[in-house]
Amino acid sequence: MEANPSICLLWWEGCPSTEAALADLRAALEERGIDPNVVELREIATDDQADRERFVGSPTIRVAGHDLFPPGDADPVGLSCRIYHRADGRVSPTPDPVLLRVELDRRLK
Amino acid sequence: MTVGFTVPAFDLTDTDGAAHRLADRAGEPATVVVFTCNHCPYALAWHDRIAAVARDYAERGVEVLCINSNDASRYPADSPEAMRARVETERWPMPYLHDPTQEVARGYDARTTPDVFVLDGELRLRYRGAPDADHDQPALQAAWLRAALDAVLANEDPDPAETTPVGCSIKWKAG
Repeated sequence: MEANPSICLLWWEGCPSTEAALADLRAALEERGIDPNVVELREIATDDQADRERFVGSPTIRVAGHDLFPPGDADPVGLSCRIYHRADGRVSPTPDPVLLRVELDRRLK
Repeated sequence: MTVGFTVPAFDLTDTDGAAHRLADRAGEPATVVVFTCNHCPYALAWHDRIAAVARDYAERGVEVLCINSNDASRYPADSPEAMRARVETERWPMPYLHDPTQEVARGYDARTTPDVFVLDGELRLRYRGAPDADHDQPALQAAWLRAALDAVLANEDPDPAETTPVGCSIKWKAG
């Protein structure tokens, strides 16, 4: 795996899921032998920032600039909590831990 | 909003255009007011549990009133049209009210979606907070909300009477 992959978690303060998402992400990285402290936390605080970053909600995780869960073209950009789905289809404010690991493995190959 | 005190009155319209006056609920066994919305994953994750409460307690004289107070100009997913579409496709068992001025949310000091308020027959606040302890555990079945309703219906004090609401912030209008 890449020694120092660029991993970024974009977050917005209006959504309480950042801590849980960060913990899941860091645990998954550690399991893969990657320093969990490589995660760059980037706050999105304004609509302008959200537009510039094409931010579709908090949390958003990007590896080497690519969204781990690419949004659809119709997903609105803005300051909101992002909707994820668990493997069983349930709505969740954070990525499914299993799917997170699958996507990390795919991106970090 | 303080537990034990009378909540602010409101008169809001649902997705069918029907008016809902909170004052009309005076004298009924209990009323649940839930601030919620269409675009928040916490509100969506808890929705089925709240709808189940509406169904399960209807025969005991409980009505659940859902209110969307978000600024739809910035969050189109919360527009009245989107609210109506959701009620129809998901066959909601409870009215979904629009709070276009956000005055009701401000009056209740609503913080998140969802934010749950249980009222007694005198329209006093008896429980305020989250439906249950974890949005990610459907098996909890809105246990805190159900326990609060059971207590109010038995003329007892809910315990706990307050929990911390968890969810997305209410999307206030600028200025």
